[in-house]
Amino acid sequence: MDLSTALQGIVEATTNERIPQFSSGDTVRVSAKVVEGDRERIQDFEGVVIRMRKAGVSSNFTVRRIASNGVGVERTFLMHSPRVDKVEVKRRGKVRRANLYYLRGLTGKAARIKEAPRT
Amino acid sequence: MSFSGLLGRKLGMTQTFRPDGTVEPVTVIQAGPCVVTQIRTITNDGYEAVQLGFGEKKHLNKPERGHLQDNGALRYLREFRGSVEGLEVGQRIGPEVFEEGSRVDVSATSKGRGFAGVVKRHGFHGGPKTHGQSDRHRAPGSIGSGTTPGRVLPGLKMAGHMGGERVTVQSLEVIKSDPARGLLLVKGSVPGARNGLLYIRSSAQAK
Repeated sequence: MDLSTALQGIVEATTNERIPQFSSGDTVRVSAKVVEGDRERIQDFEGVVIRMRKAGVSSNFTVRRIASNGVGVERTFLMHSPRVDKVEVKRRGKVRRANLYYLRGLTGKAARIKEAPRT
Repeated sequence: MSFSGLLGRKLGMTQTFRPDGTVEPVTVIQAGPCVVTQIRTITNDGYEAVQLGFGEKKHLNKPERGHLQDNGALRYLREFRGSVEGLEVGQRIGPEVFEEGSRVDVSATSKGRGFAGVVKRHGFHGGPKTHGQSDRHRAPGSIGSGTTPGRVLPGLKMAGHMGGERVTVQSLEVIKSDPARGLLLVKGSVPGARNGLLYIRSSAQAK
């Protein structure tokens, strides 16, 4: 028995089923649980997925959005973390690379992503 | 206290989430199934211990066959000191002997590093990387005084064989104990290479 077969059952148990399929370039709204003192509330974070790392339970993805003052804000979420309540795909983007780091250097109209044709 | 010791195999490391979302690094251990192969008693042996067998072996020699009887071709046999209450030869035990949240000590043979220099073996800082240095980058520096005492003091940290020795890590938290799959998830790292034999028992340290 190697690690991956041993873990299969355990990984399935921790897999976050509230996460739909999405990929780089998609616009998503992530509902994350935030703990403030002893209260817990849900905070939404909407933006473009600029990076995904697929690594079993350790998978993560980074969402970039432009804050009100024009400053780019990036947040990385662990895909299977219990703190990620749900992910909603708002828009499918058409992109030609996996990591959209080039968006960091672009603002405004240049930073738009074309919508992917519906499949 | 009931008996709690186990032999296992290191499968590798990964990470898990706690319900509150904190991530914990864990080592996945194939814990057991272990078979009780012998029970040592004060009357017979002068001490109390349980001998557990683990793993598979293709060929047994005659003494091994005689010792193991019908308990299977077990590769490893190790003794665990302590109470033998409620155990009998032939009994099979697995991860259920460790409760989730309890602490365990894990011993194993560390990865062999061969003849290692002083930087790797003892964490020396080495010499300066610049200012005209040659051959001094990973050197140990001075190893003692001059004519007095005229010898190198015993126990000085020097280069030499590293690893391949028995190492114990104490007080690791049991994150998950899964008897159905025969797995034990323990917080943090554990000595040895993947597929290495692990000697697990409840922690000697009081909580």
